[in-house]
Amino acid sequence: MSSKSVMTLVGSVALAFYSSMAFSSKYNFQEPQSVIAQDIYDQHIWALWICLAIFVGVFGVMFYSIVKHRKSVGYKAANFHHSTTVEVIWTTIPLLILVAMAYPATKTVIAMKDTSASDITIKATGYQWMWGYDYLQGEGEGISFYSKLSTPPAQVTNKEPKGENYLLEVDNNLVVPVGKKIRVITTANDVLHAWWVPAFGVKQDAIPGFIRDLWFTADKPGLYRGQCAELCGKDHGFMPIVVEVLEQEKYAQWVADKQKASAAVVTTAAVGN
Amino acid sequence: MAVVQDVHGHHDHHPSGIMRWVTTTNHKDIGTMYLWFSFAMFLTGGFLAMGIRAELFMPGIQILEPELFNSFTTLHGLIMVFGAIMPAFVGLANWQVPMMIGAPDMAFARMNNWSFWLLPVAGSLLISSFFVPGGAAAGGWTFYPPLSAQGGLGVDMMIFAIHILGASSIMGAINIITTILNMRAPGMTLMKMPMFVWTWLITAYLLVLVMPVLAGTVTMLLTDRHFGTSFFNAAGGGDPVLFQHVFWFFGHPEVYIMILPAFGIVSEIIPTFSRKPLFGYSSMVYATASIAILSCVVWAHHMFTVGMPAVGQLFFMYATMLIAVPTGVKVFNWTATMWRGSMTFETPMLFSIGFIFLFVIGGFSGVVCAIVPIDIQVQDTYYVIAHFHYVLVSGALFAIFAGVYYWLPKWCGRMYDEKLAKMHFWLSMIFFNVAFFVQHFLGLAGMPRRIPDYSLQFADFNMISSIGAFGFGLSQLLFLYIVIKCIRGGEKAADKPWDGGTTLEWTLPSPAPYHSFETPPVIK
Repeated sequence: MSSKSVMTLVGSVALAFYSSMAFSSKYNFQEPQSVIAQDIYDQHIWALWICLAIFVGVFGVMFYSIVKHRKSVGYKAANFHHSTTVEVIWTTIPLLILVAMAYPATKTVIAMKDTSASDITIKATGYQWMWGYDYLQGEGEGISFYSKLSTPPAQVTNKEPKGENYLLEVDNNLVVPVGKKIRVITTANDVLHAWWVPAFGVKQDAIPGFIRDLWFTADKPGLYRGQCAELCGKDHGFMPIVVEVLEQEKYAQWVADKQKASAAVVTTAAVGN
Repeated sequence: MAVVQDVHGHHDHHPSGIMRWVTTTNHKDIGTMYLWFSFAMFLTGGFLAMGIRAELFMPGIQILEPELFNSFTTLHGLIMVFGAIMPAFVGLANWQVPMMIGAPDMAFARMNNWSFWLLPVAGSLLISSFFVPGGAAAGGWTFYPPLSAQGGLGVDMMIFAIHILGASSIMGAINIITTILNMRAPGMTLMKMPMFVWTWLITAYLLVLVMPVLAGTVTMLLTDRHFGTSFFNAAGGGDPVLFQHVFWFFGHPEVYIMILPAFGIVSEIIPTFSRKPLFGYSSMVYATASIAILSCVVWAHHMFTVGMPAVGQLFFMYATMLIAVPTGVKVFNWTATMWRGSMTFETPMLFSIGFIFLFVIGGFSGVVCAIVPIDIQVQDTYYVIAHFHYVLVSGALFAIFAGVYYWLPKWCGRMYDEKLAKMHFWLSMIFFNVAFFVQHFLGLAGMPRRIPDYSLQFADFNMISSIGAFGFGLSQLLFLYIVIKCIRGGEKAADKPWDGGTTLEWTLPSPAPYHSFETPPVIK
């Protein structure tokens, strides 16, 4: 192969790779924004490579056979019908592959379950059809608000053009500081819901009458969008989750503003009385 | 004595017209009714699927309001699972099991009639529930409470339909077990039975094991709804998650109920068209049995996001991954059966190869879903939809098509139109993948399932998927045409139209006589 054609090949592979990166969030998980999400991302890629290798192996053999061992090319059938040796081999190898997949997964499961020593605890309550957030412990304790879809109904019924974050925008974002361990306690008021933010690799059902928890630590500031992931009735598709991750100072500012606002409400109420 | 002999002489006589079908106790008539019923339900469920895909063709709400959309997805699932796939397999068992084991009919002929005639009742309950106040059930085919406690009369009709379908399945399963265990031809030991019979025997045991569990679950739901109990209501001391445990204790074996007979069909067809005996017969039997046993201890992998303790998640992850081993053994055995065979590619073989090819993709995504951390991301997304359509449509349904084409000459005494049938295969194959492959990407990128509307980044894949689904739906009308054409006329089929066939049904004339084996054949 000439050096020119090697260059062309390398170039086109690089281009293909680059374009696949550009589209990656369309074909793959969203870009991970936490340690756990990164683990999940890596394990999924690892699982895909294993599947691809097995796929090529099995169907390579099968399609070779389909092409070569056909009556129309005059192939005469053999008559073998069992072999204990190969049976043992093709039972053992998959077992070993599974162990290789299960080992990292086990470590991640244990890490995902460790909700201890969190910096901030927030309760997320599922309602038909919105989320309620209560800051229970840590910086911001006492803050409490509802978070509802803010996409105008006219966009849903096609009377207005749809905005960029159609169905993935809310009136009040859940605000958290970057780099802090956030524990979210989930529960629900009426039926099952599920609190899901793909970028953090967290999804947890919200069960009426019970509490469950999850944790995440956001790597960098930004807006991260998710949706309810458990069928909860008519507007199941219309109760998104938006997490706004702020720098520590900005978060402190947000907490101060929120607390001032709620104090103002209390004062007004008191004056009104 | 003379009377008895006289009756014997008129064995083939039966009432004609509608009464033949209402009163029949003949396994072939009942098998035929099962198959037509399941096809009618397949078209009904397919119609609902077309509605779903039409709504999802573009972002925004166009055709179905959210609540009706939820009813469509719910009834699509219920009708396809309980109305189309399961009765189709029972229909195939009715036709084939007596013929393949050298028996004259099924063991309990009258119960057989009853277990069929329950189905149209349940089917009409499900369909008519769309027209009652409050509409059809809209809580998903898994009808999790408390949501399913909210619905109206439609939910009760669904519960009643499930009870009836369950009773029908249990009777069918008992009939199949009894037939297989007691009515085999002399010399046909268990380990000489055709694979289709083996897989159905194991499936029937699974049915008897889990259908009563489902009946119990829906009864508890019914009493929660109407009689003030609180099995699944936390406010009364119950637990909504309990429902999911009990439901999936039924639901996961149910998945294998829908795939094991498919394995059996493919295990008959591959050797026939490879002109070579099935590779590793006994390991196939053991693999089927181990899949069935494992299927009873993996149910909570449907519930990785309910917040089980780590130990629970890990147990169900390991058990689920283990299923890949016997399933892999099956795929390897089919490949080894084809290896150095003398293959031809008539439609049954094409559908079987298509089955293996796509079922393996569904198996891979199954392993991916089994890994808890990954499942946390893909659970309740379109990835799961893609996964189970790969195993249920290109798995179970393709195997049913393969079986129908394989045995149609025996049933009708005529050959189907091979050219059209191949076209049916290729259209199904292509459109199926157009419809469902992109759904993997939708799920990974974060589109939840069971939503009537979606954000803009999912628009193009949804459109592709809808186009594929419409094409797939239309292609199935071709199947109807091919079958009717075959019944009405066509080239006469030989007693053994496939030269590689080795099972007993090919020793009977085509079309098969009304009573299969009046004198049992002797198996050496």
